[in-house]
Amino acid sequence: MSKPPECDFPLPQADMRPFTGSKPKPTPETRHFWEGCRAGRLLLQRCRETGRAYFPPRPFSPFSGSRDVEIFAASGRATLYSYVIHHREVPGFTPPYAIAVVELEEGPRMMTNIAECPQTPEALILDMNLEVVFRPVDEEITLPLFRPAKEAR
Amino acid sequence: MSCQPGSVAVVGAAESTRIGAVPEMSQIMLHADAALNAMADAGLKPSDIDGLACVGPMMPQQIAHYLGITPHWVDGTGVGGCSFMLHVRHAVAAITAGYARTILITHGESGKSRINATPRPPEPESLAGQFEAPFGPYGPPTLFPIPVLRYMKATGTTHEHLAQVAVVQREWAAKNPRALFRDPVTIEDVLASRMVAYPFRLLQCCPVTDGGGALILTAAERATDFPSPPVYILGSGESVESTLISQMEDFTSSRAFRVAGPTALKMAGITHADVDHLMIYDAFAHLPLFGLEDLGFCQRGEAKDFLWDGHTRPGGRLPLNTNGGGLSYTHTGMYGMFALQESIRQVRGTAPAQVPDVNISVAHGVGGMFSSSGTIVFGRNRP
Repeated sequence: MSKPPECDFPLPQADMRPFTGSKPKPTPETRHFWEGCRAGRLLLQRCRETGRAYFPPRPFSPFSGSRDVEIFAASGRATLYSYVIHHREVPGFTPPYAIAVVELEEGPRMMTNIAECPQTPEALILDMNLEVVFRPVDEEITLPLFRPAKEAR
Repeated sequence: MSCQPGSVAVVGAAESTRIGAVPEMSQIMLHADAALNAMADAGLKPSDIDGLACVGPMMPQQIAHYLGITPHWVDGTGVGGCSFMLHVRHAVAAITAGYARTILITHGESGKSRINATPRPPEPESLAGQFEAPFGPYGPPTLFPIPVLRYMKATGTTHEHLAQVAVVQREWAAKNPRALFRDPVTIEDVLASRMVAYPFRLLQCCPVTDGGGALILTAAERATDFPSPPVYILGSGESVESTLISQMEDFTSSRAFRVAGPTALKMAGITHADVDHLMIYDAFAHLPLFGLEDLGFCQRGEAKDFLWDGHTRPGGRLPLNTNGGGLSYTHTGMYGMFALQESIRQVRGTAPAQVPDVNISVAHGVGGMFSSSGTIVFGRNRP
């Protein structure tokens, strides 16, 4: 596996030290999402009735109750919606580190960390453009993180 | 059959004998201590109680057996710190329906000393365990304030505005001998306190304490037969949104607040101008601003100015969080019970920082990370 890009934000999963944070455990309804992350794809779901995308995963539409939904690959583009910068030590994280919520281009929001960016209010500007970057934790789990977008939009 | 405003009243209300650090009591004893104090306030014994509510799971059984109560109605609703507002609302319905005559609602939490405290395991299979926990949140201080920067950008609210919330509540706490923190603080003090989770510093986050509280409710027809003056329940509301703060519909407004608050005011048949005293659950400094706006006391984005102009401080026209609030009074982990207790004291006229002539008080609660909400309107008189 190629070495992930250098990162100002020393997440343990970036340098492949043993992950000591809280590791997600997929369920039947979410397994496709985690398998997608492992394959380097951010998979969302869409309600065929309304055409709207949603997150977190579930096999029915939260907008209409319909089970007629499809899985699709998101663009990975997002903007920084809001965040806090935590200043206390937590297993798996070196403070200060940002816990962020991003808004995906397709509409849904998700919690994440912002990689390759100083963890400061000056560097973390609301609505800045971001792109997804995948950080493997172990054989099963890869976390979707976001970093400042490389290409102009 | 419907729940008419004032058809049910609080006839017993008390907190645990001590709050703050109470290492001599386990969590279940904090429930019992508060319950015994409330029963003494109402002149009742456990055998007089036929309905019981406390935050589940499995707690109503434990508390009933511990206190020697045989309930005909139980409610274990557990939606976080505002669960007690929901218990009150459900109890009004139960008494109106005839399911129970005399209902006890208890809270006890060994939040600081952690003696038989409720574990809060982040289940890795839960939605929070999969889609939030991996990114390093560590309890409410890292989650509850996540919408704040978005709220600040949308409304023009500044760090100074958010510091002023803590300053004003400390003014109220200074008048309350039971408050944990009573020394006055300035905006500068707040902004110089230790950073916890930017944008919030230590003085903008609640402490975690030990304590409890209990309420006893019965039908208005019987309510004047008790030692303390009845406090009537005029209206109530409840709602939930999501346990995932990342999935909150609008980071500048709580959907659960917008359901619970207006539902309660409408049921009571009152307008905002009728409210003499207000409690808004303040685990963190942004909550009073969200509450003032979502309940309609202020327009969107104007709560910061309302607070800055002094309307909520001692002598202001809408006294808010007059016990000092979660930020300065106490916060066991589920503070909603203490907001209810202060509303009841203010209506009874027995609060340490008593507001003159409180006829109507509103107690508005939130459950962890904006996941839930409950609102109760109390009145001194039966409509």
